[in-house]
Amino acid sequence: MTDIPAAVPADESARIEKASRSTTTTRKGFLHGATGRNLGLVIALVALCIFGVITAGERFASIDNVLTILRLASVIGVLSIGMTFVITGGGIDLSVGSVVGLSSVWASTLATQTMAQDTHWIVMVGCALAVGLGAGLVNGVLIAYGRVVAFIATLAMLVSARGLAEIIANRQTQIVKVQGFLDFFRDDVIGIPMLVWIFVVVAVAGWILLNRTTFGRRTIAVGGNPEAARLAGIKVKRHTMYLYALSGLAAGIGGVMMLGRTTAGSSTNGQLYELDAIAAVVVGGTLLIGGRGTIVGTVLGVLIFSTLTNVFTQNNLSISAQAVAKGVIIVVAVLLQQRIAERSRAGT
Amino acid sequence: MVNVDPPLLQMSGIVKQFPGARALDGVDLEIRAGEVHCLLGQNGAGKSTLIKVLAGAHQPDEGQILLDGRPVTIPHPVAGLRLGIATMYQELDVVDGLSVAENIYLGHELATAGFSQRRAATANTRALLRRLGHGDIAPHREVGRLSAAGKQIVSMARALSHDARVIVMDEPSAVLDAEEVDNLFRVVRELTASGVAVVYISHRLDEIRQIGDRITVLKDGRTVATGLPAAQTPTAELIRLMTGRTVEYAIPPRPPVREDAATVLQVDGLTLRGSFHDVSFDVRAGEVVGLAGLVGSGRTEILETVFGARHATAGTVRVGGRRLRPGSVSDAVRSGIGLCPEERKSQGLLLDEPVYRNITLSTFGRNARASFLDEGAERTVAREQIDALDVRPADPERRARTLSGGNQQKVLLARWLVHGCRVLLLDEPTRGVDVGARAEIYALVADLAAQGAAVVVVSSEIPEVLGLADRVLVVSEGRVVHEGPASGIDEHRVLDLVMEGSAA
Repeated sequence: MTDIPAAVPADESARIEKASRSTTTTRKGFLHGATGRNLGLVIALVALCIFGVITAGERFASIDNVLTILRLASVIGVLSIGMTFVITGGGIDLSVGSVVGLSSVWASTLATQTMAQDTHWIVMVGCALAVGLGAGLVNGVLIAYGRVVAFIATLAMLVSARGLAEIIANRQTQIVKVQGFLDFFRDDVIGIPMLVWIFVVVAVAGWILLNRTTFGRRTIAVGGNPEAARLAGIKVKRHTMYLYALSGLAAGIGGVMMLGRTTAGSSTNGQLYELDAIAAVVVGGTLLIGGRGTIVGTVLGVLIFSTLTNVFTQNNLSISAQAVAKGVIIVVAVLLQQRIAERSRAGT
Repeated sequence: MVNVDPPLLQMSGIVKQFPGARALDGVDLEIRAGEVHCLLGQNGAGKSTLIKVLAGAHQPDEGQILLDGRPVTIPHPVAGLRLGIATMYQELDVVDGLSVAENIYLGHELATAGFSQRRAATANTRALLRRLGHGDIAPHREVGRLSAAGKQIVSMARALSHDARVIVMDEPSAVLDAEEVDNLFRVVRELTASGVAVVYISHRLDEIRQIGDRITVLKDGRTVATGLPAAQTPTAELIRLMTGRTVEYAIPPRPPVREDAATVLQVDGLTLRGSFHDVSFDVRAGEVVGLAGLVGSGRTEILETVFGARHATAGTVRVGGRRLRPGSVSDAVRSGIGLCPEERKSQGLLLDEPVYRNITLSTFGRNARASFLDEGAERTVAREQIDALDVRPADPERRARTLSGGNQQKVLLARWLVHGCRVLLLDEPTRGVDVGARAEIYALVADLAAQGAAVVVVSSEIPEVLGLADRVLVVSEGRVVHEGPASGIDEHRVLDLVMEGSAA
């Protein structure tokens, strides 16, 4: 409507602007900023932990159990980091679970393992990453240049990657026999399992990529307003393709981690992981419509879900009860987010 | 003796307060049965708020609404419809996926015990459409397949299905071509003949003269004049009432373009099938070229095609002699073209991102080192622009959504200034911008040209184009029908050319 501050003399505007800037955080309340949202998740996580300690005591609070939780979180965690980029960019990737299965199978075929035996175990890693990246690129090209709706393109990849994995594995479990590979993933570094380290490295890299680089800025622009991004000279299609490639790469890393954890490649690896990853991202505070993403929130979301699973298991509660609790958490988190978004929109 | 009947609808002393702004500050409006009452006012004068109050979408803080002389309250939109007040919003609120009949009875379906009476709805729909002179629209037709004009008829039929006695039309002609406007007027006349009152909102004064009976002018949330006879009130008087000034367009004078100025932008034979054909023009450094024409004449498409946002079917665009890749915005941007699009919010801004990121949206990569952002440098650059263009409030961290239209426009201009554009394409630069900020934007455009930018301006407001530009291209039906110095042509001549163009 009318430009109220325009009535303010110029010399005064600087003072007012300074004052308004210092009040932005306080006026909105601490629950409204990015840190506030994450704080809510931290509180939820702490509450879960307290509940775990009360109900399961030592069994829950032991270092071993904490490492179990983290190990449990790591594969989904890596997928969720990739997913955060795709969703922030205004898309969705349903195929990551299947791509985990496909890349783990492809990297553990007799041929790949023989080659790895002859040269170096890193060949298996390279194979899984290449498969993941390839699947992601196919998604990206279809969505960005073929203009297939992301939901459908990645759904097709979900189905066909799983099928391809079954064909390659002939529905059999492929045991990993490459000793170097097994040793590497069995190792601890300063008492922390390798899988967890990988998650940490991917999360930190993801945070830097999203918040500190031009790639991250483009992701937010493309997700927030693709038309504005395009008219500002950003190559929206190409960037969209990169986002799916990135998510595919994360799924490839997930495939390697699955191989390391289960010591076997199986076409059933990673089943339904895509849903856990999407749930973690959304609970973490990334907007499903794009334009805003948070890696810290995603990590917290992943930790909340894996801690929840652990607490339930420790208390001998059924997997079905877990599923119900997860569903409730997703809904509550999204409802809260909407409230916060509405209020911060109205408040300014 | 004056009319003793109470007016059909009377609003008096309506006040509506929004956080931070008094949208309506004592509005009076009196509507008689069977008249076309025109509501005039600039953007932000309070027209939309007023019709929302009337529709029941907003609740007034003060004031009274009388219907047939009896006070009424309209607590929600359904209540408005029950009282016989129907509103046709500017962005037509029809559901594309439903049929014509389903749209008309949306929200008040004809049904017995939950089973819809399709046959009755179809019959009634047919009758309503016939009454509107559009028996040709089939009731079972999917609305998404109708033209804008057809959708409008559906919207109008819906209003009638509520037995509306007052129909509010918010810029109904904006989406229509000349022939469709004629048909709209015919329908409006038939409606008023049957006793329905029409509240007609439009920016086109010529239309108001054609169709209107009386005029009410709003300015800054107040009624400044009411009951003016539509046919007799002079245009100058109406503009004076709307703006509070006699001259609406306070455009600073500019020196003529230097003789030796180099040609920066060359457009040659540019064609976009189905939109415009064989458009050629040059723009020199420091020159402002205006594209005048009606909505839908192809002017916006011309700008977007020059910018590469649409893929030209034929023709070339050169900047500084280098030919641009057709259909590539990034090539255009790299060559130094900037476009401030017509729809700022949907095409220009990241509304929930801070102002500084909107300003540096085309240049953040330039400040980055090895792909790592330098937000400090971005803020510094943004702050310089905020100060230079006087963006208010002067806060780079504020979200773009919270700025007024004029300041959002400045943010977009700032984006291209940071980029260092040699060519600026401005599409409706003052749409939704209040009078004060308008003058600032005019001054900015003049400044930019003085600094050697080549500027192309598109505007629906012909005096604005004529005032800003050195040279004018009149566009009609996708063709350039006239090119010449802006000083050698006036508004009437431009309109004549436009009409001749569309007749041809």
